[in-house]
Amino acid sequence: MGLELFNTFILLLLVVTALAALRVRDLITAAAVLGVYSFLMCLLWAEMGAVDVAFTEATVGAGISTVVLVATIFNLKRKSND
Amino acid sequence: MFEDGAIINELLIERLNYIIYVVLLLIGLHAMISKQNLIKKLIGMSIFQTAIILFYVSIAVKDNATIPIYKTEHDPHGDAAKAAVLDSNRSGEETKAFYAPVMLKPEETQQYSNPLPHVLMLTAIVVGVATLGLALALCLRIQQGYGTVEEDELLVKIERSDARYSQSPLAKAKNRRRTQSRNTRKPRTSVKSTKSIGKSAKSLESRDSTKTKKTTSKSNLSQPKKKPASTSRKPRSSSSKVEGSKPTTPKAPAKKASEKTRAPKKKGAE
Amino acid sequence: MKWISLIPVVGVGVLLLFAAQDFPEWGDPQSPASQSPVASHFINNTGVDTEVPNMVTAVLADYRGFDTMFETVVVFIAGIAVLAILKGSGGRRRGTRRAYEVEAEPDIIVTHTVRLMVPVIQIFAFYVLAHGHVSPGGGFQGGVVMGASFILVALAWDLDHALVRMSLPRCMAIAAAGIIIYAGIGFLSMFLGGEFLDYAELEKVLPVSREMARYHAMLGVEIGVGFTVTSIMFALYANLSTEGRLKGGL
Repeated sequence: MGLELFNTFILLLLVVTALAALRVRDLITAAAVLGVYSFLMCLLWAEMGAVDVAFTEATVGAGISTVVLVATIFNLKRKSND
Repeated sequence: MFEDGAIINELLIERLNYIIYVVLLLIGLHAMISKQNLIKKLIGMSIFQTAIILFYVSIAVKDNATIPIYKTEHDPHGDAAKAAVLDSNRSGEETKAFYAPVMLKPEETQQYSNPLPHVLMLTAIVVGVATLGLALALCLRIQQGYGTVEEDELLVKIERSDARYSQSPLAKAKNRRRTQSRNTRKPRTSVKSTKSIGKSAKSLESRDSTKTKKTTSKSNLSQPKKKPASTSRKPRSSSSKVEGSKPTTPKAPAKKASEKTRAPKKKGAE
Repeated sequence: MKWISLIPVVGVGVLLLFAAQDFPEWGDPQSPASQSPVASHFINNTGVDTEVPNMVTAVLADYRGFDTMFETVVVFIAGIAVLAILKGSGGRRRGTRRAYEVEAEPDIIVTHTVRLMVPVIQIFAFYVLAHGHVSPGGGFQGGVVMGASFILVALAWDLDHALVRMSLPRCMAIAAAGIIIYAGIGFLSMFLGGEFLDYAELEKVLPVSREMARYHAMLGVEIGVGFTVTSIMFALYANLSTEGRLKGGL
């Protein structure tokens, strides 16, 4: 039961962070929130027993993706119109 | 089939993972369609991708199963395998081997979650970041070429640069209309048309600088001037009419699109 | 536009929710995916065939080795494409600095911390790569951690510091070397009488049994993957942060 509660909590938080990442107008904030999303996803997968996938998501999805996004936004306009 | 309460109970409690995967997928899909900023579209794409990976990982879960790494009693290099060899009195060649891993029994298979979806998704994540980097490089290139990554501004700029550099059919139709509205009633020759295209390209450039002033005046002026231009086209010979009417077909939607996208800018100028 | 886009989204959503009713129950051991003979075969036979405790690594590098090889090639091609797109494109930027760009010496606290952290990160990357048979990890993860250590150097000092240690031509050479290692092991096992990527034939050159030959060949393959992923991740960062100029940047 405790594990299911944890699962439910993470799943709902995932939807919130996904919506937040798309609603924010500042793109750097959006990239950071996407990193939070990736880490939550990684936590969920580790809880489901997919340790290798969780490890990959922690390094690639939350680490390199965020860095590459921020590095690109550095060269673009930081504000988005929507 | 089901009662209402049963469906809600089943969907929300027992299959919450599947529901959330659908919701995340829809969030990503909606972002990819409706967001104007290309970076936002890419963020939507990432969310879409993770949702599908979540679905695959959800499929691999088994109740009361552990991660797909052998426990100590099944470890091919563990003490259990070694003891199995020492106990059995086999021929000399086989006891030289330090350990002898044994195949799992069917009921022991149930103790491990399914490794296959994990493998498929592991490579998908890494390839996903490589394609994300490629897409971001394309975004940078678009920014260098057009100075923006907003889709609506981008469409206006692409149309304008088309008119300036490459004489695409769309741009030709637009230029012809403009020159006709300027010097109406004069029969158009091939020599004249190239000259007028050059002129209109210049006028496009000048419109860039005084854009905000002219857009307001142009929208008022273009409406009445359109009519004499279209009437003058009528008494021409059939061959030139075919030639003239062909490119005019894409004119209408192009004009509509450009007016629609220009609308917010006008608001900003005021 | 926003409301029109809701039509396909809602359509897809209704269809998927309708299909969700037919999905197996959460965590059901009798679900088709868990009962499939392929999955059961991998769980049962990995220990006997390869003696690798981590089934995911074994399936990734051995049973599905051909797939993983071309995934690595995809990563390599993506890196080359980024290079080709951005090469020489950033020259048109004005000399004026943007408002948020400031000329600053690298911070002493940051650089000293990074100086201490980078060797640890790199050793951890090697551990993840080499220990991927027994614990979660492997070539992809180890390579990414390794690439992140170079990115950290570039962030703490500037990109030139990192490029001295890992210049872009060297990057590409290492990435190509990774794929050559992977394919080379495949061809080696082919020349020794097996099929492409049939690692068991390597027992003829390695002083181990057939099973352990597969075990060790998997390590070699993972090293190849790690090479490629390390250098491509760093090349991605270096090119994207400077628009291909490889000067200044984040």
